[in-house]
Amino acid sequence: MSMDQTAPEQREVLVEMRGLRIEGQSEDQWNEIVHGVDVTLRRGEVLGMIGESGAGKSTIGLASMAFARPGCRISGGTVTFDGMDLTAMPEAEKRKLRGTQIAYVAQSAAASFNPAHRLIDQYSEMPVQHGVLDRATAETDAVDLFRRLKLPEPETIGFRYPHQVSGGQLQRAMTAMAMSCKPDLIIFDEPTTALDVTTQIEVLAAIRDVVEQFDTAAIYIAHDLAVVAQMADRIMVLRHGNLVEEGDARAMLANPREEYTRQLLSVRSFRKAATGDAEQAPLLKVEGVTASYGSGPKVLDDVSVEIGHARTVAVVGESGSGKSTLARVITGLLPLSEGSVSYKGEVQPPRLKDRGRGHLQTMQMIYQMPDTALNPKQRIREIIGRPLSFYLGMTGAKREERTRELLSLIELEPDDYIDRLPGELSGGQKQRICIARALAAEPELIICDEVTSALDQLVAEEVLKLLQKLQDDLHVSYMFITHDLATVRAIADDVVVMLQGKVVESGPKDEVMTPPHHDYTELLLSSVPEMDPDWLTRVLETRQARG
Amino acid sequence: MDAIVKSLRKAPPTALFGMLVILFYVFLAIFAPVISPHGETEIVGDQFEPWGDAFWLGTDNLGRDMATRLIYGARNTIGIAFVTTCLAFAIGITMGFLASTLGGWVDQLASRVVDILMAIPSLIFGLLLLSIFGTSVLSLIIIIAVLDSTRVYRLSRAVSQGIVVMDYVEVSRLRGEGLWYIMRHEILPNAMAPLVAEFGLRFCFVFLFISALSFLGLGIQPPTADWGSMVRDNATLITFGDLTPLLPAASIALLTVGVNFVVDWFLHKSSGLRE
Repeated sequence: MSMDQTAPEQREVLVEMRGLRIEGQSEDQWNEIVHGVDVTLRRGEVLGMIGESGAGKSTIGLASMAFARPGCRISGGTVTFDGMDLTAMPEAEKRKLRGTQIAYVAQSAAASFNPAHRLIDQYSEMPVQHGVLDRATAETDAVDLFRRLKLPEPETIGFRYPHQVSGGQLQRAMTAMAMSCKPDLIIFDEPTTALDVTTQIEVLAAIRDVVEQFDTAAIYIAHDLAVVAQMADRIMVLRHGNLVEEGDARAMLANPREEYTRQLLSVRSFRKAATGDAEQAPLLKVEGVTASYGSGPKVLDDVSVEIGHARTVAVVGESGSGKSTLARVITGLLPLSEGSVSYKGEVQPPRLKDRGRGHLQTMQMIYQMPDTALNPKQRIREIIGRPLSFYLGMTGAKREERTRELLSLIELEPDDYIDRLPGELSGGQKQRICIARALAAEPELIICDEVTSALDQLVAEEVLKLLQKLQDDLHVSYMFITHDLATVRAIADDVVVMLQGKVVESGPKDEVMTPPHHDYTELLLSSVPEMDPDWLTRVLETRQARG
Repeated sequence: MDAIVKSLRKAPPTALFGMLVILFYVFLAIFAPVISPHGETEIVGDQFEPWGDAFWLGTDNLGRDMATRLIYGARNTIGIAFVTTCLAFAIGITMGFLASTLGGWVDQLASRVVDILMAIPSLIFGLLLLSIFGTSVLSLIIIIAVLDSTRVYRLSRAVSQGIVVMDYVEVSRLRGEGLWYIMRHEILPNAMAPLVAEFGLRFCFVFLFISALSFLGLGIQPPTADWGSMVRDNATLITFGDLTPLLPAASIALLTVGVNFVVDWFLHKSSGLRE
């Protein structure tokens, strides 16, 4: 597909890393985090790097420009770029290389742009600074790139400030910025991870197009194999700073050699056993709820949702659709302005402070970021024990015993974990502690707000399985807020699709997930990346055909 | 315990020096009656006797032993400054946490009152209040504590505003926890590091403030030994080239430097900065 018709394996080698070792500093000690990895990248080739967090993918990606983050250092091996040995090159010359010949696109474009300057100013800064282009040419180039990246109003969008464009547009502007000096290599570090699926697909398509048009080599880093499969010619699977498997993208997807790769491939295969329709009266009934923050616009507009006993209701929608606000209204954190929330047939007072302890106990919440949901200064014993003594009046040995039971329930060894602080746990373990804390109150309904989106895929799947097992054993109901349709497929009984504060479609999972769909549901469903290298091309073609 | 020993071993020499100084002062303050050669207010010789065998730091303007007065001064000045700082922190932290947790009109009211208090130079305000309420030790402590709590309020409010928005505080609210539990168990442990560092600094300021007031005659009242008033009472000696009046001043300076060294180290540690 590239302009140069030579087969990729015969083209000139652009980046070569041999026996790369990188050390990271912790507590005044240097520990090796990348253990001798070889990377070869040829001109015009896109190399995908995949692995869970801590696998070393970003660190290796940055090492291709001989850069180590503060607190890290390259301790061994060689890095060659375009025939030059970067490890021996003085810092000043490396700096010249970075930006002009090698560019980097970070995960959060919003954090990478300076909010005080217009996009075009930031775009022109690098080429002008490096003396590659003059300002006028840079601006003309920018408009051309914005057009190629399919940004709306390419002539004028550059003259806006970062806060005036959306997240997906910002990520594309970031890509344009990286292309500004026509580099030989761009490193994309999880460029779409922070985006909604519907936005992700546009950004993926745009990035793929420009990389092909300019015949730029790229390293594409992501934790989602389905995304990497759309972008890369060749894929490296990394784990704990080691290479697990490397090979042609299509071949690897069709025939993975290693067990770990196979796990990554089957990551979204978990399915809850089918359940019938909801019997009995609903546990929670939200009727015609309208709410807003302060005197601002309506964030929720006439929303009605029902959650049945021992059922899982998934609320899906992209960011800004009001799904988290719905949880805040249900819990009473945000008082509703119209409508009602009733629990077991009783209408609840809109404000949290007017609700009794007995009612609060029945509804618990689990958050997206387990890091901020656990008090870093409290030990696990206190975190899980507090609801036990607060709601159930347990003290002393009884409380200790129940805490240990709960730890066993979430599959953590009580003796090992009860005295730890949250900082001494991994992300998945923290989320398990949050689940245990919610369970300690013996609730009937647990509201899960994006509980798996901050976790690695394999860990997320374990957490989903745990939640499902707990539901089977304890018959709790879940309200599952998520933007990830794979999660919905895995765990939901009923689905509510939200868009801009309104419910667009709702009903049992099978009904919502099978055609005919509402237009927006269709868009959401078709935007979920699949483990098929041709998925992106296919979706784009279908969408184009429909106009 | 191991962790404390370990971090002490890694402490820079300045911090160790500061800790030694503080320990020395605390030792003097606690064992003042045992160590000092004479009674606190006892007149043992002539006025302004020079340094020598009988009185190794000489005597003061009334003929009291200078060394004895210095040791008791440690007890009085440091003791009062410590109690005052503790009270200032109790008031400041409580109000600051309340303001940030409750928000709304509580925050507005408390913050504006603090603004007003802070708008008046504290030494002048202190002098004014002390002349109204009299210069007993109790009113001294309360007045300085209230004036100083405004600074603590500002800091603790700012720190806890960052903590109140965390999900774990929301979890507590959703659980139905009371205000006290949220402030004591969720916010305070996470605000501890900057507050402890501020405690050290505030202690120095309070200490200097008391000494300044005493120097002006409105602080700790005679015959209680106090470094500030000792400087004033013996000030005439300086014109004769005698360094004695500078001794209490030097004691103040040394303690301030010592405390600041320890605070610097602690701040450095708690903020996670590296060299």
